[in-house]
Amino acid sequence: MSVATQDTAIRTGRFTRTLIYVVLILFALFYLLPLYVMLVNSVKPLDEITGGGMMSLPDAFTLEPWKQAWASAQIGVEPTGLKPYFWNSIKMVVPAVTISTVLGALNGYVLTKWRFKGDTILFGLMLFACFIPFQIVLIPMARMLGLMGLAGSTYGLSFVHIVFGIGFTTLYFRNYYAVFPTELIRAAQIDGAGFFQIFWRILLPSSGPIAVVSVIWQFTNIWNDFLFGASFADASSQPMTVALNNLVQSSTGVKEYNVHFAGAILAAMPTLFVYIVAGRYFVRGLMAGSVKG
Amino acid sequence: MAQTAEADFKTRLQNWIPKLVLSPSLAVILVFVYGFILFSVYLSFTDSRLLPSYGWVGWENYSKLWRLSHWEISLTNMGIFALLYITLCTAIGLGLAIFLDQKIRGEGLLRPLYLYPMALSFIVTGTAWKWFLDPGIGLENVMHTWGWESFKFDWIKNRDFAIYTVVLAAVWQTSGFVMAMFLAGLRGIDNEILKAAQMDGASNWNLYRRIIIPQLRPAFLSAFVILSHLAIKTFDLVIALTGGGPGRATELPATFMYSYTFTRNQMGIGAASATIMLMAIASIMIPYLYSELREKR
Repeated sequence: MSVATQDTAIRTGRFTRTLIYVVLILFALFYLLPLYVMLVNSVKPLDEITGGGMMSLPDAFTLEPWKQAWASAQIGVEPTGLKPYFWNSIKMVVPAVTISTVLGALNGYVLTKWRFKGDTILFGLMLFACFIPFQIVLIPMARMLGLMGLAGSTYGLSFVHIVFGIGFTTLYFRNYYAVFPTELIRAAQIDGAGFFQIFWRILLPSSGPIAVVSVIWQFTNIWNDFLFGASFADASSQPMTVALNNLVQSSTGVKEYNVHFAGAILAAMPTLFVYIVAGRYFVRGLMAGSVKG
Repeated sequence: MAQTAEADFKTRLQNWIPKLVLSPSLAVILVFVYGFILFSVYLSFTDSRLLPSYGWVGWENYSKLWRLSHWEISLTNMGIFALLYITLCTAIGLGLAIFLDQKIRGEGLLRPLYLYPMALSFIVTGTAWKWFLDPGIGLENVMHTWGWESFKFDWIKNRDFAIYTVVLAAVWQTSGFVMAMFLAGLRGIDNEILKAAQMDGASNWNLYRRIIIPQLRPAFLSAFVILSHLAIKTFDLVIALTGGGPGRATELPATFMYSYTFTRNQMGIGAASATIMLMAIASIMIPYLYSELREKR
């Protein structure tokens, strides 16, 4: 993480330290609890759960709930499992993340190295757009997607996520490029390098870390979105979160809790995986939106 | 001569390129965010029902809205939820940060454990909590099979207590994030001051109360702004955890807006409620963003 610069000078006694460890470990268990519940119940037969064994390890280990959640569970009216919706999410996320990150990089470059009068206000407008309650744009957005022929498609969802992601991606690159020495840019300009040459040759090669931050942040946010998916997608373009909700809330038939838990993990897996391999960058993105950089 | 004219054109083009590069993003945001905000605010003054309609009705939707018991419930719930959510997240976040800051062995393992819920969708965690809190199969049932027959925990099914299960799940999800914000603040505090105060015989308690916590003011402010804005926007979690129920016991403004607009065909009232949500967030976010952006360079 970005913050481990120094340790505190505070000294504590042995009793206090033991107490601190106990509290810290109890909280760790609290945070792990839902994950444990999901994992352990996704691999046991239904009767073990309904029989009061939610907290126990499985007696009869089975992967059947996972298979059902992925390929045959009833979602809405179709017994398709979550598989097609997983691909919908991928189709929505990949273009949205790529385009919003590229735009964010260019915007951040302009806003720091080609400053003009009023640029901070424009950036403020872009940033505020990320924080609005999205309810305020749902009605016109639904109409507009219809007019643009993007209603009920993953393209429409990608588009919406690009619009509301630009503010954050621009923030990341703007803060990152702000500390990049402007003298280098001026020197390159005197040597005759143009706008795109400077970006391509000088800034981009050193933008790796912040690009990772931006991609991870956007990926996590867009994958986890529910509101836009629920509002603008039809049955054929619903993302994973909406499909999972349909699976869990479905009121017909027996409630197959084990399948619900397996589905929940399937929906969580991509972002959890990214968090495990690159959590450092995720936290950096999280902090950049809140604490002065 | 021709050469200087060409060079002149090139410099002018160079001056325009940055603005041209910025313009697509700006245009999209101006139309799809700010234009749409204006349109929604306008709709809140019209007689729109199933579809947008342009008959002007003045403040009628707003006066109807404030007479609806459904809206009143949503606002009361918002008050309870926001107060508890912000207080608990701040308290837990600060507590964990202070504890983690005591040269803890295994800090590198604990920190990611506290923070991973932020990477998960509210629909996922809502599902886990929904079944864990369900008295039929979850905690209550488990306690019964473990022999504690009289154990009762049915908050999620209880109109008077269901909102607190939403608080629980939301605090679980974000308190680790608040911890990270406070930890960053703690690590930025100058140790020399602390050592000097220790020489003067200050106790740990006094160090925290008099020196450290007052220096965390920016972190408190950020946490408050982020948490209150998240509270107002809370939607997915309620949908996954309780669906607004039992009855209307866990409705919040965001779920109110959604159901009035899309299932009850009262678009005018829905737009009015969205406008009020926007006002609430703007009154917190705009001063915050203004001060953040002004101080920077």
